[in-house]
Amino acid sequence: MTPPSPVEVAPAGMTPPAAPVEIAPSEVRETTDDTDVRPDRPWKVIVWNDPINLMSYVTFVFQKLFGYSKEKATQLMLDVHYKGRAVVSDGPKEKAEMDVFRLHEHGLWATMEHDD
Amino acid sequence: MAPRQPVMPNGDGTYSLNLREEERALISAIVPDLRGLLADDPNDEMLTRLFPTARPDDPEAEAEFRDMVRDELVTKRLSRLDIVAELAEATVLDQEQLAAWMGAVNDIRLVLGTRLGVTEDDEFEETDEADPESVARSAYWYLGWLLEHLVEASASEL
Repeated sequence: MTPPSPVEVAPAGMTPPAAPVEIAPSEVRETTDDTDVRPDRPWKVIVWNDPINLMSYVTFVFQKLFGYSKEKATQLMLDVHYKGRAVVSDGPKEKAEMDVFRLHEHGLWATMEHDD
Repeated sequence: MAPRQPVMPNGDGTYSLNLREEERALISAIVPDLRGLLADDPNDEMLTRLFPTARPDDPEAEAEFRDMVRDELVTKRLSRLDIVAELAEATVLDQEQLAAWMGAVNDIRLVLGTRLGVTEDDEFEETDEADPESVARSAYWYLGWLLEHLVEASASEL
């Protein structure tokens, strides 16, 4: 009978973390200055219901412009249709402006607003 | 007989465009109309829906946004209309040409819908000969049908 080869306790490449993992840090690290470090994502892009655009077209535009799944795009389109509006994207100001531009290019009624 | 499919993906990135002569004639007549209007006076109130307000809460920001995008929106729309005018007799379109058709047909619907004062509750009805807008009204409904098929064909390749 050959003895079993030594069992690797921890496979190579899997090393334990060098420092203990903090599940709940006991103290909150504070930023060194007073600058607001929240990411600049408070701009929301809204598409409004209109009586002309086709539902299938609106769904298609959401898929094409934002890469959303058919399901997500359809849900957003239904929100626009039944609730009158839907937030279709958010992000920094430049991205929101670009998204509004592309929606306007596709004939959708889009606005952007800052979420204070 | 199966309903006619005006736009069919060929499976190789191209699309067959199967339109009747009168449909092509309508497209050929209506595209230069919109092109002329857009080129001469993009501020015409019939075109309002092509340039929505982006910042209704802030007139100054709205003016800035408008300055930034207006020319490019006009240019892109004109170039789509030019592609469609050039391809009014085409029987095969590539992806980019199909996108131009879809954008142009949607723009024309937006303008016709504005002119006709279309509301959410409007449903298709046989046009009344006495209606002075009967031609515009039939064009609007026809283009809606065509757009559905352009979208369906494009979505099949997403």
